[in-house]
Amino acid sequence: MSVVFAPFLYVLRLVVQTVFLAVGQIWANKTRAMLTSLGIIIGVGAVIAVIAGLGGLKKFVLDEVDAAVGARKMWVWGEVPDSKRAVMNDSDVRVGLYEANLLLENAPSIESLTPMAHSSWPIAYGEETVLGASIWGIWPAWNDVEDRTVVYGRPLSRIDSDEKRLVCMINEQAIEELNLDLDPTGDYLLVNGRRCLVVGVVETKDGGGIFGGGQPRTEVWIPFETHKNMNPYTGTWFQMQLVEPTSDRPMDAVAADAKAEVNIILRTHRNLGPEDEDTFEMEVVQSVIGFFNQMAFVLTAVGGVIAAISLLVGGIGIMNIMLVSVSERTREIGLRKAVGARPPIVLTQFLIEAVVLCLVGGAIGLLIGQGAATLLRFVPGMSIESVSVPRWAVFMSVGVSALVGVVSGMFPAIKAARLNPIDALRHE
Amino acid sequence: MSKQAGDPDVIIDIRALHKVYKVGEERVHALRGIDLTIRRNEFVAIMGASGSGKSTLMNILGALDKPTKGMYRLRGRDTHKMGMSQLARVRNEDIGFIFQSFELLPRATSLKNVMLPMLYSSKHIFSARKRAKNALRRVGLGDRMTHRPNQLSGGQRQRVAVARALVNDPAILLADEPTGNLDTKTTQEIIALFRELHEAGQTIVVVTHEEDVAGHADRIVRLRDGEVMSDHTTREDPIHRVWIEQSREGHGAKAGAPGAPESAPSVGVMPTQDSPTASVRAARPKSTQARSAT
Ligand SMILES: Nc1ncnc2c1ncn2[C@@H]1O[C@H](COP(=O)(O)OP(=O)(O)O)[C@@H](O)[C@H]1O
Ligand SMILES: [Mg+2]
Repeated sequence: MSVVFAPFLYVLRLVVQTVFLAVGQIWANKTRAMLTSLGIIIGVGAVIAVIAGLGGLKKFVLDEVDAAVGARKMWVWGEVPDSKRAVMNDSDVRVGLYEANLLLENAPSIESLTPMAHSSWPIAYGEETVLGASIWGIWPAWNDVEDRTVVYGRPLSRIDSDEKRLVCMINEQAIEELNLDLDPTGDYLLVNGRRCLVVGVVETKDGGGIFGGGQPRTEVWIPFETHKNMNPYTGTWFQMQLVEPTSDRPMDAVAADAKAEVNIILRTHRNLGPEDEDTFEMEVVQSVIGFFNQMAFVLTAVGGVIAAISLLVGGIGIMNIMLVSVSERTREIGLRKAVGARPPIVLTQFLIEAVVLCLVGGAIGLLIGQGAATLLRFVPGMSIESVSVPRWAVFMSVGVSALVGVVSGMFPAIKAARLNPIDALRHE
Repeated sequence: MSKQAGDPDVIIDIRALHKVYKVGEERVHALRGIDLTIRRNEFVAIMGASGSGKSTLMNILGALDKPTKGMYRLRGRDTHKMGMSQLARVRNEDIGFIFQSFELLPRATSLKNVMLPMLYSSKHIFSARKRAKNALRRVGLGDRMTHRPNQLSGGQRQRVAVARALVNDPAILLADEPTGNLDTKTTQEIIALFRELHEAGQTIVVVTHEEDVAGHADRIVRLRDGEVMSDHTTREDPIHRVWIEQSREGHGAKAGAPGAPESAPSVGVMPTQDSPTASVRAARPKSTQARSAT
């Protein structure tokens, strides 16, 4: 039994003793060790703080995007390609109701869709007039797509659309501006001179702070078909809600699928040959997040460069101090060799010492980074859970510290391992 | 003189051993063809003037250094052909080396110092502490196990070093001027300890300047300019005989022969059986002034 375990215990004992020795060595030279590992401390601290901060910022931005427009949003509109400017105009490529239905039926990644049109028209009720109110032409699906509920009355219906009725939903701002009842359903507004029945009031949603918060506008929603009747030449676009992502199919994949589906359906319908450019454009909220990710990547890269430089400087410091340590303890190395320490064991001893030194630095850096992250939580808008040091970052900094230790300790350790025992013992 | 390679009683077998040090362009020929055989349970003293190559020879015997040329067989194994790691193993398992300057780890207790060689071996993994304690008791330091070197006297430090050398049961104990840093009284204690170990069966080689220390050995090998000048049993060694005569007459050792003792006998020597040194104790010369610096 004991024979089987002996080699294992031998190595274990050696490692444990060496670690104790290294810790003792560091403890005996506390100030020196601290100053030497300053580079490691700063490097790890910087990276941890940047990672934690970015994590918090990302969650913050995503929440804002989600609050303002919803993360599953996609837009499609007609666009004359640059090369066709001379022979086409916007009305030639405008997205139409037929295409809206095509997409709804044939694109599985699209959950709901509404065509959209917009006009700025005066509206009036009794004595009150608002010039340049926003008049939107929509399908009933709009409430789903935009996640806006009706607080009084009813939403627009399929029949309103089919019969091109003069009915509308308004927002609370319109009630205020036009001096309407709190429940204005049943009243008639004048929308660009046409009598229009109010059927519902749409909730006011505060857009997130970073996306066009500001003063709420006076808004009126009428059936898309009614709007088209009143203003046949205005531009139109589709606004859609994509299907919910799952753990197997994250948002990135859903967005990519939706784009591909829209692309093939519209190109087919528009008879575009392989050489023809798209006559439409699309955008997904995902790309807003993508933009943020790019920004975060730049920040991470900057943090990473700072960290890399500190770690490099730190590594050189560690190497220097290990060389000093080897030279100070030449006699001790000689003695250890004289009683049977083989070169790889001496090598390991100094490597472990360098690694322990770096790990101590890394741990302090980790604490400092953690501290900085904690301070970030007090920045307004940052949520407590989001500004935290992810576990992979902890493992990464431990790993990087150890790696710096191994790399910078290698040369001094080899120097110690190669010493001839008798020369080492003769060293003063 | 020549022994069979397979003779299990031969611990050390050296043939035509050379050592050349290179110092810049200069070459120092420290050993010039040494032949030496040391058998089990011998107690050999190596003597010679300063610079005669004693330490160089001891370092090679102790596998701390490699010969430039020649053969060194330790317990039948060709040590001169070994690499760094193999030599380290030999130092760990077969050799106990005692230095003039003790070479203890200053921050470690006696016990830790004695356990050091076992740290580098998987042999006594479960009994390391017990063995270290036994070794310390053997050298009379059973009550100094938790002391650090700076809490011990010079003689006690050297005892710790002896315990460390003994702890792995070496085939041979090598000591290079083990009493060089000690006063005469402590020198006697250490030498008495060596004697005791020898009587218990330990093979010992000790380098010394002092004829009275050498007087405890069974055999004296004298070096001069890197060559073996003489190799006799202590009783038959002519220089030692002269020294005994002189100390008996109370003349000290001023008129030593070439390569002769550099120090006068100081304290009485424990006699070996029917050795002429038995009478030395009676003579006990007071003149210790001739201890020449080297
Ligand atoms: N490391 C070395 N480098 C160069 N010369 C050395 C070295 N060690 C010893 N010597 C030389 O080798 C010779 C023998 O030295 P040494 O073995 O120390 O003699 P001893 O121990 O008998 O006084 C001397 O001339 C000495 O100067
Ligand atoms: Mg010497």
